[in-house]
Amino acid sequence: MSTFENAALRRTALYAEHVALGARMVPFGGFDMPVQYAGILREHAAVRTRAGIFDLSHMAQYELRGDGVAAWADALTVNHVATMKPYQARYNIFTNPRGGAHDDVLFYRLPDRWLLVVNAGNATKMWPYLQDAATGRDDVRLESHQGSRALVAVQGPRAVEIVAPLCDIDAAALGYYFCAEGRVDGARAVIARTGYTGEDGFELFVDGDDAPRLWRTLLERGASAGIEPAGLGARDVLRLEAGMPLYGFELTEDISPLAGGQTWAVKTAKAAFVGKDALVAQLEADDYDRIAGLVLDGRVPARGGYPVFANGERVGEVKSASIAPAYGNKNVATALVRKDAAAVGTSLDVEIRGTLHAAHVVPLPFYKRGT
Amino acid sequence: MAQPEGLLYSKEHEWLKVEGDVGVVGITDYAQNSLGDIVYVELPREGQTIQQFGSIGVVESVKAVSDLYTPVGGVVTEVNKALEADPALVNRDAFGEGWLYKVKLAGPAELEQLLAPSAYESLVAEG
Repeated sequence: MSTFENAALRRTALYAEHVALGARMVPFGGFDMPVQYAGILREHAAVRTRAGIFDLSHMAQYELRGDGVAAWADALTVNHVATMKPYQARYNIFTNPRGGAHDDVLFYRLPDRWLLVVNAGNATKMWPYLQDAATGRDDVRLESHQGSRALVAVQGPRAVEIVAPLCDIDAAALGYYFCAEGRVDGARAVIARTGYTGEDGFELFVDGDDAPRLWRTLLERGASAGIEPAGLGARDVLRLEAGMPLYGFELTEDISPLAGGQTWAVKTAKAAFVGKDALVAQLEADDYDRIAGLVLDGRVPARGGYPVFANGERVGEVKSASIAPAYGNKNVATALVRKDAAAVGTSLDVEIRGTLHAAHVVPLPFYKRGT
Repeated sequence: MAQPEGLLYSKEHEWLKVEGDVGVVGITDYAQNSLGDIVYVELPREGQTIQQFGSIGVVESVKAVSDLYTPVGGVVTEVNKALEADPALVNRDAFGEGWLYKVKLAGPAELEQLLAPSAYESLVAEG
């Protein structure tokens, strides 16, 4: 065990709440963040069966304004931006010229502006990248609110009955991947029906000053519905089960959206965008290594970086892995493997501490709500 | 938090209970709490000779793999088979049902290398 102390580590507006709740704090994306409270598996169960509340204030929130935003963003990303309706949210990926993923993000379209949420760990490269890309344009104005704005997520089948009564808009009527502007517990907020857990739920963008009171209200008002604070550890298991990529693992500067299993988000019919030519070439050749879902037959867990073999030949490596409570408590993983090893049903082996352990390829996601 | 009396401790957060010439080994409550939900324990084989402070297995939590170091050397006489089906026993009862293995002690001199409860308590209090 080692104690990590770093004066440069930032704290979210909810830091004192986490400490008061006995959270175990770890450095993540430049912030001191709760990895767990009562325990990862217990928090996972709360989110799958009731509700969990997460502090995601480390994620960088940018506001984009100007008539040029949609066209500008469309030229930098794989998914459509201009076609988004007001109050719609959409997953997207910024790509590099080689087609690799620069970051995966969410855009939220509001009547007078756009909200762009990027990974905390990528903020130090994304902010200068976006500023550079907007240089010389008076129709794209960027503002960063990382650190000053908070993001509180309530996720789980009972999230709606906890969040909706606190809102002055009809949050229960919000469609999945839509948002509204209103007040939640009196605080001005963007109220979004989005998440990263595979469950129904809300993400509440509020001012950092309003966040501690909102956090406590949600815990109090959600207590009878079984809400529990949930940390980054549970979030990682939840997103892996739900087949959602985590930047740095399933998506990197060297792993394209196609390879990372996000082909659905790549709109090659769009006009030119950074990396489009490379992605079109990848699609046509269709010979790239790709992310596959693995289930291990045994009880030994896989870990990121472990080699993957097919018939004794190395075909790739594990990217993310965990025990999956929502998938029969089996050990599951994502692995970047050769195309011929990625088909569902393929028998593979994962090398764990020098020994091969049998696994097979299954469809992603491992978990779908309502199944 | 006081550490249970009647046990010896290693700096790597294992405990040892001496019963005649056999030692029962486990990880401490501090260790299981630090690791979080334990999902797999890899133990030495029965009959295997192990060296004091050697790496002889792993404990895996949801988030991480940790090496298991034996507080004493000797020959492994028994492993806790209940952990195969229920590794979380270590979380629930680290000093009891969650014991890991038993070892026929190599010799009494090794015990002098271990910590008394109060010394181990000081170690974990420092974090």
